[in-house]
Order: sequence, then structure tokens, then C-alpha cells
Amino acid sequence: MESSVAVRDRGFGKTLRRDRWWVPPVSVALGLGLFGGYATWAVLQGGNYFADPYLSPLYSPCIAASCPEQIRLLGIEWWPFSPAILMMGVILGFRGTCYYYRKAYYRAYLLDPPACAVGEFRGDRYAGETRLPWVLQNLHRYFLYASIVIWLFLTYDTIHGFFFEDGFGVGVGSIVLLINLVLLSGYWFGCHSLRHLIGGDVDCYSCALAGKARHKAWKGVSWFNKRHMGWAWFSLVFVCMTDLYIRLVAMRVFEDPRLF
Amino acid sequence: MAERTFKVYRGSGDDGQLESYTIEVDQGMVVLDAIHRIQAEHAPDLAVRWNCKAGKCGSCSCEVNGRPRLTCMTRLSDYEEGESITVTPMKAFPVIKDLVADVSRAYRNNASIPRFRPRPRDAEDGWRMKQFEIERAQEMRKCIECFLCQDVCHVLRSHGKHAEFIGPTYLVRTAGYSLNPIDVEDRSAFLKESGGIGFCNITKCCTEVCPESISITDNAIIPLKERVVDRFYDPVKALVRLVRRR
Ligand code: SF4
Ligand code: SF4
Ligand code: FES
Ligand code: FES
Repeated sequence: MESSVAVRDRGFGKTLRRDRWWVPPVSVALGLGLFGGYATWAVLQGGNYFADPYLSPLYSPCIAASCPEQIRLLGIEWWPFSPAILMMGVILGFRGTCYYYRKAYYRAYLLDPPACAVGEFRGDRYAGETRLPWVLQNLHRYFLYASIVIWLFLTYDTIHGFFFEDGFGVGVGSIVLLINLVLLSGYWFGCHSLRHLIGGDVDCYSCALAGKARHKAWKGVSWFNKRHMGWAWFSLVFVCMTDLYIRLVAMRVFEDPRLF
Repeated sequence: MAERTFKVYRGSGDDGQLESYTIEVDQGMVVLDAIHRIQAEHAPDLAVRWNCKAGKCGSCSCEVNGRPRLTCMTRLSDYEEGESITVTPMKAFPVIKDLVADVSRAYRNNASIPRFRPRPRDAEDGWRMKQFEIERAQEMRKCIECFLCQDVCHVLRSHGKHAEFIGPTYLVRTAGYSLNPIDVEDRSAFLKESGGIGFCNITKCCTEVCPESISITDNAIIPLKERVVDRFYDPVKALVRLVRRR
């Protein structure tokens, strides 16, 4: 006979699961740490983010006076730090309050829960998203609105990546920027808040104004939403790769091959 | 015929123990069959709840090797040959005896949901609606109330918030009402307060165990959370409501 403790005990890590349940949380913790860490470093670093005509997406839009003039907007004089920090709040806020990333870091970092049917710390002091700071997750839709602006600039910068000193052309960097834009858009279009606002909040589509169109839009967003986790990861990894590519070109580690 | 060893929880409350039984198993058997054979051959007093043996009544929920499962839908062939199989009652609920858990607290949660309230009839013989607009609610109606999602939900299982949080089963039920095109009840205040939807941190274990493959988190909980945001956390929407009321 085995002791009853192992069966009904609710302590941390207690489970009768026999599979390697700790693999997913450890992988997510490492993955988020690696790519989140790289993005933070790249944002704070403040140099080598522009290799004409390519601007690193982490620095878009570039609104400080220190930005290279080809892509400078506003030109804020009083900002002494890396220009990317100005926009970091929006990007971090958008990803940080995203329903998928919430799941990922609640599980991988807060171990709340570390995996399904595995015991955890904290007992009945748990408050979920009912209290500060986690209740602020409810502001996700505002980061969605703000990120539309960033998306517009990113689109502009991607187009800019096709215009060289001698006119229109395509370099490997142009393609990299384009793929990055597609992945970010896919991530954005699967947002749960967008899904709600675009049509999910309607109960009766045949009674609501433009109900049918809203149902169609909702269906479209739902397609991306179903795959939101995938888009979240691909777009995160690729945005880092894009920054790295442009950084290496800017540092003259290699030349950006011009396709035509 | 091969032999297999089962470790089954015996006893009531949290004081039970795992007892081992070795039985002959046949091809195609499910865990519930094995439990019945143990009952027939070794332990006639072994308590187990079941009904349809077809994955449709939601009675036979237990934990198999630590994972919440319908025992009637869990094949022995899913486990390595020779591997012993542990069957325990649902951990989030008090144990009445052996594999039978007391799920009555879940029924109390159900009773607290504001009822389905249809708009006035569209015609004498009832309401009119299109298939495409009822599909979201229909997904929720697939729920067989097996409580596997309640069992795995860490808010209930690890943190014991049975009084504060209605749990995924009843968030699915609430979504089934609220997403229905003819329902006119606003359940956002209920969800925020006594429903305790904020306790859910959308970590999706409920979705992982649902035998009816309902996308509990994405299609029920998050849409309901967004409705609560509309009503309580969105300053712009609050302003619009204020202006409209004027
Ligand atoms: S997603 Fe929410 S309701 Fe579902 S198991 Fe996780 S905390 Fe519980
Ligand atoms: S939602 Fe799924 S897991 Fe939860 S009670 Fe219903 S059928 Fe069972
Ligand atoms: S839910 Fe992931 S971006 Fe909105
Ligand atoms: S006995 Fe009905 S679902 Fe298993």
C-alpha cells in the first residue's frame, strides 16, 4: 500500500502524473528568457539598428532626435536614451497582457500552475487576476489600440526597406522585413480582444447593425485566434532575428545581398 | 490474455490508500472495464460511479495516472504494456468512498448563474434564429458535466476557491446562455462578483482535459472576460454608456 499523502496531498510539485510534465514549462521559460532577453538587450543597446534602408522593427517608429535622418519622425530632442525605449512600453504592454503570453508566463515563471494536475505553492492566498497588479491585464485592448499605430509605422518601414539610394530594389533585408511584418500581422489578427471587439460581443447577428459582416470578420479573426500561440512564438522569434540581421549588416559583419 | 496491475484508491475522505489488484485484461478494455473486473473478482465493495459507458453521461470521471479522464473512454492500450495503472478519485472534490467524489458543491455553483432570459417571442410559435448565429452557444451545450475541468482547474484543485469561483464547467454553462442570440440577460456583474471569473488565469488546463473538446478557455472564458472588461474596466465604454444615458 502507498501512503495516502501522495494521493491527496496538494503540496508543490505533488502529482501522480508519470509523464515529463516539467518539459513544457521549462522550455517556455528558457524560450521566453532567451528571446525576451535578446529583445530587451537590443532595445536598450541603442546602436546599430539602422542599415540603410532597413530599420530594425524594435526601433520602429524612430521618434528621437538621435535617429538617422532617413527614418526619423518627430525628432524628440530631450530623449537621451535608446530611441527604442520610447516605444517599448507599448510592445511590452501588448505582449505582456496578451492572453497567450499570460498563460505562458503564469505557468512557466509563476508556476501557477507549473503544469496541469501538478501541485503548487500559495494555497488559498491566490487571487488570480482579481487584484493588483494582475487585474491590469484587463487593459489589454488599450495596448491593442496603441499597437495599431506601431503597426502602421512598421508597414511604412517595411516599404522603406524596398527603396535604396538608387531607387526601388529588393535585398534579403527587404524580404526579412516583409516576413516580419506578415508574422506580426498574423499575431495581431488573432488577438482575443480584437476577436471580441470586431464581432464577439454581438449576441444576435441578425439583429445587430452590420451583423452579418461582423460575424464574417469574427470568423476571420477566429481563424488566426485558433493559432494565436504559433503566431505569438514565430513573430517573437522572427522579430529578434530581423533585429539581429539588420544589426549584423549595420556592423558590417556581412553585406546585405541585393536580389535585384 | 495478459495480466495488469492496478492501484486503486480505497477509503473515504483524504485518508484512503492505494491498493493493488492484478487482473487478467482483454484486448480493447477500458479502465472502467478493469475496475468492474476488480469489483467482480477481488473487491465487491469497491465504489465507482458510472452510467453510460459511452462517454456521454459524465459520471465515470476519475484520475488515471494522475490525469483527469473519463474511465470509460480511457483504453488500457494507451499505456505501456506491463505498466501499472493508478486510478484515483477527482482530487478537487471530497471523496465519499473509493472512486466516488462528492460533486454537490458544483451543483450549488450552477444554481447561482442568472437564468436564461429570452427576449419576447418573435412570432406566436416561438423565436427565429439562423444556424450560424447559434453555433457558438451550441459548442457549450456539448458539455456533459463530467467535472473533469473543475477537477483540473488549479483555482479549485490547489487553491480551494470553491466558494469564490464557479469554475470552468459553469463558465461554459454561462457562455451557453450569454452567447445565445435570443438571451437578453447581462451576466457581467455576476461573473465579476460571485462568479469570480477574475480567479481564472487562463492557463487552459480545463481545455486540455475536456472530453467533448470544448475550447473552454478561448471560446467561453475569454469572451466572457472581455464582456466583463466592457462593463467594468473599459473607461471609454463607460463614457459612451454615460453619454447614451443622458
Ligand atoms: S483556464 Fe481558468 S478555468 Fe480553466 S483551468 Fe485554468 S484557471 Fe481554471
Ligand atoms: S466543459 Fe468539458 S470537461 Fe468541463 S464538465 Fe463539460 S464536458 Fe466536462
Ligand atoms: S490576446 Fe494575444 S495579442 Fe491580444
Ligand atoms: S460512464 Fe458515462 S461517461 Fe463514462
